[in-house]
Amino acid sequence: MRAYLLSRLGQTVLVVFLSLTAVFFLVRLGGDPVLLFLPMDIQAKDLNEFRQRLGFNDPLAVQYGRFITRAVHGDFGESLRYRRDALGLVLERLPATLSLAGSALLLTFCVAVPVGVLSAVRRGSLVDFVGMGGAVLGQAVPGFWLGLMMIYFFSVRLGWLPTGGMGGPLHFVMPCVVLASFYAARLARITRSSVLDTLNEEYVLTARAKGLGEPVVIGKHTLKNSAIPIVTLAGLDTGQLLGGAVITETIFAWPGLGRLTVQALLNRDFPVVLAAVFVFSVTYTLMNLLVDVLYGWLDPRTRARARA
Amino acid sequence: MTRFLARHGRGLVGVTIASLVIVAAVAAPLLVPHDPLQSDFAAGLQPPGTPGHPLGTDQLGRDLLARVLYGARIALFIGVCCVLLTAIVGGLLGLLAGYFEGWPGAVLMRVADVQLSFPFILLALTINAIVGLGLRNIIVSLSVAGWVVYARVVRGEVLSVKERDFVHAAQALGLGRGRLLFRHVLPNVTPSIVILASLQFAQFIVAEAAISFLGFGVQPPTAAWGSMLSESRDYLFVAWWLAAFPGAALALTALGINLVGDWLRDVLDPRFRV
Repeated sequence: MRAYLLSRLGQTVLVVFLSLTAVFFLVRLGGDPVLLFLPMDIQAKDLNEFRQRLGFNDPLAVQYGRFITRAVHGDFGESLRYRRDALGLVLERLPATLSLAGSALLLTFCVAVPVGVLSAVRRGSLVDFVGMGGAVLGQAVPGFWLGLMMIYFFSVRLGWLPTGGMGGPLHFVMPCVVLASFYAARLARITRSSVLDTLNEEYVLTARAKGLGEPVVIGKHTLKNSAIPIVTLAGLDTGQLLGGAVITETIFAWPGLGRLTVQALLNRDFPVVLAAVFVFSVTYTLMNLLVDVLYGWLDPRTRARARA
Repeated sequence: MTRFLARHGRGLVGVTIASLVIVAAVAAPLLVPHDPLQSDFAAGLQPPGTPGHPLGTDQLGRDLLARVLYGARIALFIGVCCVLLTAIVGGLLGLLAGYFEGWPGAVLMRVADVQLSFPFILLALTINAIVGLGLRNIIVSLSVAGWVVYARVVRGEVLSVKERDFVHAAQALGLGRGRLLFRHVLPNVTPSIVILASLQFAQFIVAEAAISFLGFGVQPPTAAWGSMLSESRDYLFVAWWLAAFPGAALALTALGINLVGDWLRDVLDPRFRV
């Protein structure tokens, strides 16, 4: 297990390193960051001084070497806009994003798993029809439109919820629902098909034949055995939730990492973009690692394979 | 009949919706007399139901129905271009990587791993912010972010198909590599490519709208759903219809295409499940 974990951590480091490299060169290919960032009417002398100060006059290889060496030490340079340590700026915003993504994930599970299980157990019933109809709709309705419509109804018309920003628990309601909608829809569908598969297994028949009650048959024998696809998708989605947060945070003015990234991209504030890429890819790959460890717990067969 | 409907009902609904969207996009100039870019300040922010403007007008007095219908053109154009680009490039790379198991294929798959370790929408957004705005660049950005899925799936399929007896038989008959690859292996992985393409189609359209909504991608005054929604935010308090209709069109399009995709998957390959 330890060797497995170590090799997976090694892969994580490689992935983070490669994504930083890719974005670094993309940014440089995209044009002179100084020209893109500074106002049009700047004087040539200032321009050069700015370049010199940020090291943009050196050969690309030298710049890259310097960037990686510093990045290893957690130094992504100064934000061009805020004149502050870029990584610090990004990390400051991380808790807001994690609390939003975490509550959205919780909401996703609390809605999707019961709906999926009920739809499978009562296959062909009204619950199934409404639940799966809602899931198909939820997958099609784009989050940012849902967000706008919710703001219109709940904030503009009814005045029940704040339009955006972070504050009390009420501020969480709309961003959470918007962020969770797409993933909950997909998870409900996966849960349903996975439970349907498991219900056909002979051990479920045995459990029923033993005279076990339906809650035990479903809760213990079926659900735990259909958990693998559910956990896989949930793990993949946790990363995608971070991507979805970019849009949700922008609609609801949520002071998180996603909104910061969008602003940094709009402002061509590349040190912040690179620091954000770093934090995103670390979070994402660690999430995947966590999912793989969970597999081992859910399905001992994968544990043996990991050891081999 | 009931069984037919149970199996193909959703597909029928999907095909109907998708056809409606295609008709709206192709026949837009015939369906509405207005030019989607023609502004008329005197008639700004008219509510839906105004004579001559069934869906109302926007802040510059442009006819909303015309803009929504022309928006379908942009959305479908972007969707088709991205799907074709990613399916051809990703599929071909996957085919080669699966058939010749050398180091180039291994490197390609590591690149794919790295790309998949990043949320799709964020990747496309970052690439778009760097390569620049506009219709052509958004197509490039989405395609660069999206090709890996095909490469992955096709490679996996090829790895198993090429060990099948008919491929060995064709090899034994002395068929050339090109012929073997395109006449015997490719047809056997085509269903997967078609299913993936139909599932990716809606994803591309929604991602384009999301990126344009954030201020990148397709720029105003072009009538694209994403940038229309972006502009509508400033008028949400006074003109709900500016946000409601382009978004509804987008959701309906995504719904239709998703239903077609689900149906194709059920019919072509029961192994795929989402």
